[in-house]
This record gives sequence, C-alpha cells and structure tokens, in this order.
Amino acid sequence: MTAETSPANGERISLLRVLGPGHVWALGVGIVLVGEYMGWNFAVGKGGAIAALIACWFAGLLYTCVAMIDSEVTSTVAAAGGQYAQAKHIVGPLMAFNVGLYLVFAYTMLEAANAITLGHLVQTVGAMAGFENTNDKPFIVLTIMFLAWLNYRGVYTTLTFSLVITAFAFISICVLFFAVQPWSDVYIQHDQMLTGLPYGWLGVLAALHFGMWFYLGIEGTTQAAEEVRSPARALPLGTMTGIITLLIAATMTWYICSGLMPWEYLGQSVTPLFDAARLTNSTLLMVLLFIGTIFSALASANCCINDASRAWFSMGRDHYLPQVFGAVHPKYRTPYRAIVFLVPVALVFAYFAPLDRVITFSILSGLLEYTFMAFSVILFRKKWPLGSIKRGYVHPFHPLPAVMLLVLCAATYFAVFLGYGTQLIAMMVFYIVASLWFALHRYKYVRRGEQFAMPWPKPVGY
Amino acid sequence: MNTFALLEYSAWGLSILLGLWMLVDMFRTDRSYSEDLLTSSREGEIEDASAVDPPQKRGSR
Repeated sequence: MTAETSPANGERISLLRVLGPGHVWALGVGIVLVGEYMGWNFAVGKGGAIAALIACWFAGLLYTCVAMIDSEVTSTVAAAGGQYAQAKHIVGPLMAFNVGLYLVFAYTMLEAANAITLGHLVQTVGAMAGFENTNDKPFIVLTIMFLAWLNYRGVYTTLTFSLVITAFAFISICVLFFAVQPWSDVYIQHDQMLTGLPYGWLGVLAALHFGMWFYLGIEGTTQAAEEVRSPARALPLGTMTGIITLLIAATMTWYICSGLMPWEYLGQSVTPLFDAARLTNSTLLMVLLFIGTIFSALASANCCINDASRAWFSMGRDHYLPQVFGAVHPKYRTPYRAIVFLVPVALVFAYFAPLDRVITFSILSGLLEYTFMAFSVILFRKKWPLGSIKRGYVHPFHPLPAVMLLVLCAATYFAVFLGYGTQLIAMMVFYIVASLWFALHRYKYVRRGEQFAMPWPKPVGY
Repeated sequence: MNTFALLEYSAWGLSILLGLWMLVDMFRTDRSYSEDLLTSSREGEIEDASAVDPPQKRGSR
C-alpha cells in the first residue's frame, strides 16, 4: 500500500531557483560551441573562406539582434518555455503552440545530431586504435541516456557540468589561437589560402545557411527563466556575455582554420578545429582540441535536453499538450516526465535519421522561431510601451534590431531554399497540419485564463 | 571479444541501467504523490510564498 502526499493549504511545487548568470552563459554557449568545432566550415564549401567570413558576420548580426530582443522580453516574461511563453503573452495561443513546437524540434534534433557526432567520434577512435567493425550506436544511445539522467536529477548539477565542459572547450580554442601565433606567418598563411569568392555573391548567400551554425542556440538561455535566482539580472547578463563569447570564438575559429587549410579541404572537413591542431604537429594541442570537440558536443546535447524539456513542460502546464507533462519532480524539482518522454524521440532521430536532415530540420525550426521574435518584440513594445512594465533590460535602437532580424531571416530562408527546398516545404506543411490539429482539436483543453499568471497590466488598447 | 566490443556492451548495459533508473523513479514518484501536487506548478512564481519545498515524506516506499 502506498501513502500519497497531497497538496495542503494550496502548496505547490515549482522548478528550483538555483541558477546564476554563469549557468545562463553555459546554457547559451554550451549549445552553440559545437558549431565552432564542426559544421560552420560547410559555409566555406558553399562559397569559399571569404564567403564564410561574411556569413559569420551577418549571422553574428542576426544573433546579436536575437540576443538583445530575447534579453529584453525574457527579463520581463520570466517563465520556463522562453519564446513559447513570450508568444503566449504577446501574440496568442496558436502562435505559442507553433513556437513551442519549433523549440522542441530545434533542440531535440540538435541533441540527436550531437549524439550522432559523439558516436562517430568514438567510432573513429576505435578505428584508429585498430578495431575493425566498430559500432557507433551504443555510444549514441549512452550519450542520450546519460544526459537525460543527469537532467532528471537536477538542473544545478546539469548546468554546472555544462559550465565546466563549455569553459574547457572555449579555452581550448583560445589556446589554439595563441599557439598558431596569429601575429606572425609561422603557421597562418592567409596570403596564400584566401582566394576570393570562387562562386561569387551567390556563394556568399548560400554560405549563410551554415554561417548560422556559429551561433544557433544562443536563444536557449531564456529556457532557464524560471530557474534563475534573479531573472531580471541573470538572463540579460548571461545572454549578452554568451553572444560576445560566441562572436570572439567564431572569429578566432575562422582566422585559425582559414589560415591553415585551403578552402577546398576546409569546406569538407568533419572536425576543422581538430584538423587545425593536427597541422601544428603538437600532440598537446591535438589532445586538447580532441577533448574540446567531445566536450562541446556533450555540452550541446546536455543543454538541448534542458531546453526541449522546459518547452514541452510549459506547454503541458498550460494544457497545450496533455497536462501530465506539466509535472515537477518533488525531490529533484525538474520537469521529469517531459525529460523522459523526449528520450525516445531523440533516440529515434539519432538512430534512424541522416545527420544532414536532422541538422537542417533544426536550423529551419530555429529560423521560424527568429522570424516570430522580430514580430513579437514590435508587438511587445506597442502593447506594453517603456515605463508600463518593469524591464530588466531595454534593448537599444528599437525597431532597428527587429527589422534587421527580419531581413536577415528572409535572406537565410532563401539560402536554405537553395540547398534544401524540399525539406523547407515539407516542414512548413508539417507545422500547418500541427496548427490545424491545435486549432480544431486541442485548443478546447487549453487553460484560457489561468495560463496568464504574470502580474502584468492590461496591454495598451485592451 | 576485443576491448572495443567490451566497451560497446558496457555502453548498452549502462544505457539500460540509466533508462530503468529513470522509469522506476518516475513510477514510484507518480505513486507516492498526488497528481494535483505534481502538476501544481504555475508560471511567474518569482516571489510567490505559496510555492514551497514539498515535504520529503514518501509514504511507505
């Protein structure tokens, strides 16, 4: 016989508020830094090294807008679910449902991609050690299961773990940067390696698709909104230092790799930073960058589980999905059912889907989310003008960042369409079908009034 | 069986153990606490005094 503990005197269980700005930084940078270790260099293959640098700057501008907008809105909407909660308060239920799905798919796909990468790295090590017929599947599954278990056990340990391995991966890039002596031409040969734009300006546009890889995921910092001790301070601080870190890391990565490898090779490399370390002939650097590659993929998958589960949990809590997903573990204070539910989803994608499809689905879901953010912040300022609501951070030059974000998103949609048009259309069809299901069936279960628990004034005009 | 095959079996074994641990804990938690308490979280509880650490009694588990 089991005795059941029931709520007494209106007691409630909430997520645990234990995180600081460092954890927010780790959540943002941890998801993204793997993009510096692998993936960004496919932009080089699309249009050459110079095109990749232009893509790096444009994508950097796009994500700086994302970080500024996110910092302002989330310092006010301090709720798990991040952009989902923003959409719910600022636009409405259908937009919120879609944004919630974008978030869950973007992060779960990215988690699957990281697990595939880790499995591949272990398999490569096995092959290099002379073991024939090594299998990557057990390591893919172990990565997902171990990180889900860590997330299940508590957010503080999970993000402290991410903080340590992300810092290690970032410092490894810095060490490599100084080791190749960028002030001299001992290793770096930009005068010989940079060959202009081999595919012209169309190549620059095509490179935008993978230029996003330098920063994709920094917006995930908002998912920690309900677990930070001081949302108004920690979220803007963690997010803005995160994007600054990534801008520095992206620039150093491009400088090192494009100065050491010809663009024809760099554009196809699986692990460009590790390859750059190998070209220095330093065993220490090779070991450092190999560990950095492993750590960056591990940190990214870890933070993705954290973010996807918070978005799924928030949607369950508001009954956008079955309410069971809105449960909090009474001991560990984590959204445990959401974490467990998303494990088989990630396993299916990691086990059966090809890596490039998984990555593209993640990028497209992210792009849809950024497009929403541009409209969202304009509506936010219109409905709740400055002074009408307490903000932890006010982003400058409004509405310039929102307009720039929209223009850059439009250019990136075109870039993705050039390479993955069919997938772009297939994904749009998926989200339209999901929206119809929500509007025609699920919406009747939504907690219409109770979902708006923020102590906000009524919006202007209502 | 070579060393790498042993690593592969260990990875499978550890994955199964971790998965089972989560499932068992989830079912035990679900049986020990009422659904109302488990799903009682509300957004915006920054300074809400009614959001508490629940009592750590777990019945007769």
